[in-house]
Amino acid sequence: MKVQQISVFLENKSGRLSSLTDVLGKAGINIRALSIADTSDFGILRLIVSQPDEACRILKDAGFTVSMTDIIAVEVEDRPGGLAAVLGILENAGINIEYLYAFLEKSSNNALVVFRVEQIEQAIKLLGENKINVVRGEDVYKL
Amino acid sequence: MLHPEIESMTREQLRQLQFERLKKTVERVYENVPFYKEKFKEKGIEPGDIKSLDDLKILPFTVKQDLRDNYPFGLFAVPHTDVVRVHASSGTTGKPTVVGYTQNDINGWSDLVARCVAMAGGGPQDVVQVGYGYGLFTGGLGLHYGAERLGASVIPISGGNTKRQLMLMQDFGTTILCCTPSYALFLAEEAAEGGMDIVNGKLKSGIFGAEPWSENMRKEIEKGMGIKAYNIYGLSEVMGPGVSMECECQCGMHVMEDFFIPEIIDPDTGEVLPFGSKGELVFTTITKEAFPLLRYRTRDISVLREEKCECGRTFVRMDRVMGRTDDMLIIRGVNVFPSQIESVLLEIGETEPHYLLVVDRKDNLDLLEVQVEVSEKMFSDEVRKLEELEKKLRHQIGSVLGIQAKIKLVEPKTIPRSEGKAKRVIDKREL
Repeated sequence: MKVQQISVFLENKSGRLSSLTDVLGKAGINIRALSIADTSDFGILRLIVSQPDEACRILKDAGFTVSMTDIIAVEVEDRPGGLAAVLGILENAGINIEYLYAFLEKSSNNALVVFRVEQIEQAIKLLGENKINVVRGEDVYKL
Repeated sequence: MLHPEIESMTREQLRQLQFERLKKTVERVYENVPFYKEKFKEKGIEPGDIKSLDDLKILPFTVKQDLRDNYPFGLFAVPHTDVVRVHASSGTTGKPTVVGYTQNDINGWSDLVARCVAMAGGGPQDVVQVGYGYGLFTGGLGLHYGAERLGASVIPISGGNTKRQLMLMQDFGTTILCCTPSYALFLAEEAAEGGMDIVNGKLKSGIFGAEPWSENMRKEIEKGMGIKAYNIYGLSEVMGPGVSMECECQCGMHVMEDFFIPEIIDPDTGEVLPFGSKGELVFTTITKEAFPLLRYRTRDISVLREEKCECGRTFVRMDRVMGRTDDMLIIRGVNVFPSQIESVLLEIGETEPHYLLVVDRKDNLDLLEVQVEVSEKMFSDEVRKLEELEKKLRHQIGSVLGIQAKIKLVEPKTIPRSEGKAKRVIDKREL
């Protein structure tokens, strides 16, 4: 149920992001989803890719600072109120959300929302009980 | 001249005086400082072997590490009750280097600096504004006691608080300003912005030092303030400010040879070089009781010149210091060793610290930026944690260096690696 997300440290300099995506592209790695958290001094790039372990190795070899984080990818109905429903469940149970970002699934009418939460096991269990689909890692990488 | 009989004594008389004082100093350290007795034994020499000034070169050198190794009072040559003052300067590791003075030492130092203020045209009728920092640093108290000894009216304002500096300068009628040269330029600019006319005011001269500065800077200060700007040199290990000072000719600083014997050596071989050669400045103190030093290597690079000076003083002159043999920087008047950053990074768990100091000067104020490569160990997926890291680094580095620095987290391998000694500093200032 856990998905591996790659995080990369990026200086606020032009060309860094394009250089990174170039490296991944040349290695045949497909990016499934991405998000950037930025401050005035630096950014943290978060990626869901087709082959996380290989991507990690390739990026490190190319000189990037990389780490892996466990996140969950939750299927949310692509309609108004879809996200609010899921958030409500997590909030009521006191699950702390560090950050989230979303992208659309190609093959269905759902959106996939990536969550980083503090209590990951608890969140997986809770969402399962509420019949919300938490997509497996292998499936996310293959999307 | 404040002490004409000394400042213009013949070279023969001076050498005789130096020899007598050197002999007493050598005996004093041999008897009272175990560190020196050890060094003498290692070299197989005794105080009696010093039969002339030429024998100075058989004496051992003393380096900053010796002071650190004997922290705090291991090199003192008098019992504790005789020490009436201690001063300290920054060290590359956590501990500062400590120096001490007896009452006689303080009196001697005061006379020395009084002589310097007189060389800048000062006398009892002058109002001297001491803008060097007061405290463990020798700058403030050094100039204070010297100007006071001369009989001038001393304003012990210390550093900072620019608006007040200018206000008192005007209201109290300051005639001589003592501070770092970059601060003097800063004051001149602030004054101009505030519509204050320093050029036509009472200020007539300045005694500037504690950091390197160029002839160009001197011209800027003299023009911006309408004064004569004099260069003063010193270091706390040897005494404090007043080891050497420019005269009205402004063509090199006269070394106070009745208090110190200067040498220039080749920093790699330790060989003593003749007058006119560039090399590392070495001083032997010949009057200090509490903290006498033999052949202290300053790591400052200069030239000693024995040509006669128009002013009539017979003391040799040293050129303005043109560099260091180590990596020390002076930023906003504070001694900064780039390797101090390493200790901070090692403490946060970094095994291979990669950092770069970028020093610049904007509007006459020194700015320091410390770039640190973000290693995997330091990296976090959470922005909050990285910001906390930045804050922690800023706080620790500020505390270790003694001045505030901007921290910039950079990607790995962006700081250039080198074959030999890592280049840790980019100094964009034109001094």
